[in-house]
Amino acid sequence: MKVKEIAKLVDGEIVGAPVDETYEVKKAFASDLMSDVLRFHMDDTVLITGLCNNQTMRTSEMADLRVVLIGRDKQPDEDMLELAEDADITIIKSKYSIFKLSGILYAAGLEPLY
Amino acid sequence: MHYTFNIERGNFTDAGQASSSVKRTLKQLGVDPANIKRTVVALFEAEINAVAHAYGGTIDVDIDGEKIVMVVADQGPGIPNLDLAMQEGWSTASAKVREMGYGAGMGLPNIKKNSDELKIDTEVGVGTTVTMTVYLT
Ligand SMILES: Nc1ncnc2c1ncn2[C@@H]1O[C@H](COP(=O)(O)OP(=O)(O)OP(=O)(O)O)[C@@H](O)[C@H]1O
Ligand SMILES: [Mg+2]
Repeated sequence: MKVKEIAKLVDGEIVGAPVDETYEVKKAFASDLMSDVLRFHMDDTVLITGLCNNQTMRTSEMADLRVVLIGRDKQPDEDMLELAEDADITIIKSKYSIFKLSGILYAAGLEPLY
Repeated sequence: MHYTFNIERGNFTDAGQASSSVKRTLKQLGVDPANIKRTVVALFEAEINAVAHAYGGTIDVDIDGEKIVMVVADQGPGIPNLDLAMQEGWSTASAKVREMGYGAGMGLPNIKKNSDELKIDTEVGVGTTVTMTVYLT
């Protein structure tokens, strides 16, 4: 699933690094716990999270994530957006809850990480 | 090659900067992605622990053709029971640390999993030194 398709499904807004139009997302993982994110291989995976701070971006950078979906209408600040751009991470922000985001993307065919 | 970084107590704005910088360096050196990932995950967890649980410290990274040695040394409370701290899920993280997304009690187990060698020297009331080695070959 393309990044822009995900954004459309969750009525989201794209910020941070520009979208890589060729990037194909296959899986999703939802977590607010950053050390849990670092336990897994995040290839072709979108992280769904309600944690919206610098550490979300740092962790995503370490995990090789390229797309992060931030729910619950959280607003990334300038600092966080700069980190996202530096680490080449596209952020989709959405008003929906994590449960709703997960349900929509699951129904649309994204695979769970496990 | 040798790199040194400082870690500041409780500074979650900059925490992870050292690991991010090491990641860039390893990429430039052409280290393969799987080894980069496990190196920076181990380093990042140790860096965050020094910010979150201790009073800051230093990071020293040595890279040569065959291995990466990382030493994260903090001044801090030390770890009273290391066996307990190494268990998945054990955490004494403060509310502030949890707010930043940490405190799952997975950091030290993650470090062990991602490094080839791990040595932790810790003394209560003095500090903790975490030495991690990743072999590239
Ligand atoms: N550098 C340190 N100084 C003092 N105590 C530490 C240090 N590193 C770890 N600890 C202790 O060991 C516990 C377990 O550490 P670990 O990194 O596994 O989990 P955590 O930091 O609590 O949570 P997570 O890493 O999942 O965000 C910590 O909660 C803390 O009590
Ligand atoms: Mg930790």
